[in-house]
Amino acid sequence: MTDHDLHALSGAYALDALDDDERARFEAHLADCAGCREEVASLGEAAALLGTEPVEPPAAVRDAVLSGIRSIRPLPPITSEPAAEPVDDLAARRTRRSLVQRIAGTPLIAAAAVVLLLAVGTAWLRPWTEDPTPPPATAVEQVLRAADATRVDKEFPDGSRATVVLSRSLGGAVIQTEDMAPAPQGKVYELWLQRPDGAMVPAGLMPDDPDAELRLEGDATHAKAVGITIEPDGGSELPTTTPIAVLDLAT
Amino acid sequence: MDPVTGNAAGAPHQGAPAGAVPDLGALLKRSARGDEAAFAELYDATAARAHGLVLRVVRDRAQAEEVTQEVFLEVWRQSGRYDADRGSALAWLMTIAHRKAVDRVRSAEAATRRDVTYEETNRSVAHDETAEAAHASLEARRVRAALAHLTDVQREAIELAYFGGYTHTEVAALLDLPVGTAKTRIRDGLIRLRDSIGVGR
Repeated sequence: MTDHDLHALSGAYALDALDDDERARFEAHLADCAGCREEVASLGEAAALLGTEPVEPPAAVRDAVLSGIRSIRPLPPITSEPAAEPVDDLAARRTRRSLVQRIAGTPLIAAAAVVLLLAVGTAWLRPWTEDPTPPPATAVEQVLRAADATRVDKEFPDGSRATVVLSRSLGGAVIQTEDMAPAPQGKVYELWLQRPDGAMVPAGLMPDDPDAELRLEGDATHAKAVGITIEPDGGSELPTTTPIAVLDLAT
Repeated sequence: MDPVTGNAAGAPHQGAPAGAVPDLGALLKRSARGDEAAFAELYDATAARAHGLVLRVVRDRAQAEEVTQEVFLEVWRQSGRYDADRGSALAWLMTIAHRKAVDRVRSAEAATRRDVTYEETNRSVAHDETAEAAHASLEARRVRAALAHLTDVQREAIELAYFGGYTHTEVAALLDLPVGTAKTRIRDGLIRLRDSIGVGR
């Protein structure tokens, strides 16, 4: 399963609509993908409002809960300090050891890494818990998370969809597609940034994937629109066909 | 936040005036420090809402009551893990409730699990109920309006997943969608819902 496939699971994850395998894989992915974490959190907010008719549980439930909590200690909050400690400890010990010991100790360190990984994974079982080690943002994530990020959506008659997220402050644009039909044999989808004077500047080729996400090449600071055309494999310097889509960034 | 009160036996759940809504995040925080009175207040403010969701998913009354009890014990246990920066306390609690309810129906698959026929023949009813419950508050009216903006497939996919407890693969089969498209419809629909309600961003 590719990252793109995993991104697309955010909604199903927010509704607990993944099977156990998918859930585990998606949670591992969440640890690395700030964009997905944010999306899952916001979709969870929307889901919580779906609600249903409130139904008062019987008083016996209340009694059982309130007496039950007396024997349960609330878990401590997650703090990044203690999570980091064992690693530092290990690292310190590791530097003190001889080479032989170091080699002998490698599986231990690997095991510790697995434990840490599990701990991080577990932390993401609940999307609202804090990430002890936020990974550096990718070029795509930087745009998606930019304070001035704006979205432009385009839905095609066949139900497929393209979204452009633009951050003028970063001069970056990201395109996300869903369910795009493959380009015809020997052809490719090419992306274009339209300059204010109307000229189309090549901005990269879409990967051969119905659900893709990539950052457009070039500076989008002043781009007027993002266009998609069908070009011969390898792409063209200038559009040779009428765009199948033009997403207007001016609004 | 949807002002839902859990007091008034038999009273219609119209939602309390905004001023009367307890700060759920603060109650969670106090609970994490072992404050049982705060937790009781949290329970009273949210139990009816959580139980309504659990009952809708689990269907069997006795089992739903067990699940709701588990949910609140878990909320107590996890109260210190709630992080206000990552979302509302209500969403956090409802996520726990939903997860527990779904775990119960999936593990009880063979026994008293809701059958597909019921869900299929009651799909439109289910939607009406969603709309009915939405009268409860201003927030919920916005949800109802937002639901109306979804395509039928998006709405059905979301409802089957959320209220039916089905996986996206099962939802695809129920709606005769190609495998892999239900997850997209669910995501599209939720994004549209989120953006039109204006939460989480």
